[in-house]
Amino acid sequence: MSTQSKFEARTVTALVEDRPGVLARIAGLCRRRGLNIASLAVGRSENPGLSRLTFVLEGPPSVVDQCAAQLERLVNVIEAHDITNMNHIWRELALVKVKTTTETRVEVLELSRVFRANIIDIGANSVTLELTGGREKIDSLITLLDRFGIIEVMRTGRVAVLRGTLFEGEEDGQFQANRNWANGVPHEYHITPGVSGSV
Amino acid sequence: MGKTLTGGDIVCEALLNEGVDIVFGLPGGAILPLYGVLGRYPDLRHVLVRHEQGAAHAADGYARASGKVGVAFATSGPGATNLITGLATAMMDSVPIVAITGQVGRAAIGTDAFQETDITGATLPVTKHNYLITRVEDVGPTIHEAFHIARTGRPGPVLIDIPKDVMQEVGTYDYKRDSQINLPGYRIPTAAPDEQIDAAVELINQAERPVFLAGHGVIISRAYDELKELAEKAQIPVVTTLLGISGFPENHPLHVGFPGMHGEAYASLALDDSDLIIAAGSRFDDRIVGNVNEFATRSKKIHIDIDPAEIGKAVPVDAAVVGNLKHVLAQMVPKANRGSRPEWIRHVEQLKSDHPSLHIPETGNLSGQHVVRGLSNVTKGNAIICTGVGQHQMWAAQHYRFTEPNSWLCSGGLGTMGYEVPSAIGAQLALPESLVWSICGDGGFQMTMMELATAVENRLPVKYAILNNNHLGMITQWQELFYMGDTQADAYTANPDFVKLADAFGMKGMRIDDIDDVESAIEEANAHPGPVIVDFVIEKVEHVYPMIPAGGSIKDLMEDTRV
Repeated sequence: MSTQSKFEARTVTALVEDRPGVLARIAGLCRRRGLNIASLAVGRSENPGLSRLTFVLEGPPSVVDQCAAQLERLVNVIEAHDITNMNHIWRELALVKVKTTTETRVEVLELSRVFRANIIDIGANSVTLELTGGREKIDSLITLLDRFGIIEVMRTGRVAVLRGTLFEGEEDGQFQANRNWANGVPHEYHITPGVSGSV
Repeated sequence: MGKTLTGGDIVCEALLNEGVDIVFGLPGGAILPLYGVLGRYPDLRHVLVRHEQGAAHAADGYARASGKVGVAFATSGPGATNLITGLATAMMDSVPIVAITGQVGRAAIGTDAFQETDITGATLPVTKHNYLITRVEDVGPTIHEAFHIARTGRPGPVLIDIPKDVMQEVGTYDYKRDSQINLPGYRIPTAAPDEQIDAAVELINQAERPVFLAGHGVIISRAYDELKELAEKAQIPVVTTLLGISGFPENHPLHVGFPGMHGEAYASLALDDSDLIIAAGSRFDDRIVGNVNEFATRSKKIHIDIDPAEIGKAVPVDAAVVGNLKHVLAQMVPKANRGSRPEWIRHVEQLKSDHPSLHIPETGNLSGQHVVRGLSNVTKGNAIICTGVGQHQMWAAQHYRFTEPNSWLCSGGLGTMGYEVPSAIGAQLALPESLVWSICGDGGFQMTMMELATAVENRLPVKYAILNNNHLGMITQWQELFYMGDTQADAYTANPDFVKLADAFGMKGMRIDDIDDVESAIEEANAHPGPVIVDFVIEKVEHVYPMIPAGGSIKDLMEDTRV
């Protein structure tokens, strides 16, 4: 397994116990296995006592393939799924504080309207925008705002959920668009409960 | 309603409820509230070690030999950090240990108090799970949860850190059985799904040249009978990994040997010549695989493991079976076709005769191989053998002919020098009627030899065979082969006189330097009722062969040119 092999990114969601030290265990495991946590979002889930995490993990293919299975070894991790190749929707959120003058303010507001960003604060010399969307959309707005002078960018990690199924009896997150209608759902899109990675 | 007790009493009650009868430990300030009540529980035998590393290794040896959970006590700070090597050893080899450490009082945590270490932080990577208890009510449930985690699934060490004042506080305790434990994130695989079994069995039935790579999982899940049944029914030769040794009888016609860096050449060649490797409770360790791109390129692989994270970790596989090996093999036996593979079996036999890896080159001088062969002959392969890591370990693995299941204890994954001295103490306590021989290197022996006092104190008749070449032998070998022979740092020019050392510890000591005296010395040691050191003075520059260098493949196989 060459260490020079190209890094790949995976979107992983996990349901974990909401108690001190759990994130340290997860972060420690990622470090030990040579995974970089490119983004991380954590919050309480719909179940009391449990939190849901979405990470973007980067590492060599042989290691990222295994990341969900490795995470599930942790006693405090209830379940972990690599949803990269499943049908999911994801969002990031960014707060962008931009320098403005009386001359540039209108242009900044116009840009934010086109990007459907919310203006959440206006000061004498700055405007703060709130933008949600995919990474590319946020990157584009930041690039466009750059010439006005960006004071501060604060971005969250990615949050993701599987898309709901359109058909009775099928699981969320299946790629129904790719479905071979005659022969049922292609094997590779099935979620194997409890066993993730390249089994 | 539960009993009202101090935290220290709860620890003892909970240990007794878990069936613990022996604890290895060494007291210190922060754990004194536990030691202060230990005397009230005469059914908990405390074995006082001389260093906490010894406690962890002895608990490990006890666990491997008995199949029960080993228990170690240590105090906070240095006591706890001294456990780490032992915990890491147990983690790598999947050995169930529960370590209980004292911690400074809750108010002092995080203040750099005297003898304070963040031991839960420090042991995160070397434990299966760990706990810092902050309420006396949690002591009992945590201990039961820890035992449950340590012994089930893929076993491993669990550490519980208990602040001093929690052990002094009074709380209630209710015995919580395994079935009452609620761990939503913890799954214990048992039987494997039928489709996984069917896919694997189909590969076995189609294979012309299948071979088992039977690992530590065979021993941990006690799957000896199932392995033998499947191997015999389908006629599959059995290669055992280093830690799988003694999982399959070595006098069985289908037994091949152990493969990899210092395994028998024919075992490595059998893997390479096969068209199907059935890895049963083995994790395709790098000492077996070497260069993953050149490992057994013509064979398909079935990987049976209880830990889903091992599947595909080291080697890509064609069929994965996640489950407890004993269940999985039992599921496979009725589905596997009765095999007849005379050509393949003959081929493996031919490999054995073409590559006499176990032939001992005769130089006239005593060598490590002679000692192990002598031990094997005298004990008829029935002794419990403990080793550390290095040349002595490899010679023991090669030349001892194991006939009894689970009679081989060595530090495989971590490769811990010094494991051999305290682990033998643990094994002897677990199996008081058995003959326990610790085969030691002179280097590793000196790392933990203070535990000889523990053996004498507890009247344990452990026999220590030091393969003494006054060198870190394996390191000398590597330096001579790969580092231009610069061996200045691995000679011990002032080793102690081990016979006098035996005398100082109150043990019997002997020194042997002649091949002809080996077996009579072993017989004499066996006849002695107490612990014995036999200092075998062996050849200085003997290399272990065969050898496949690290990261190499079967093409790089080096065999002893003298045989």
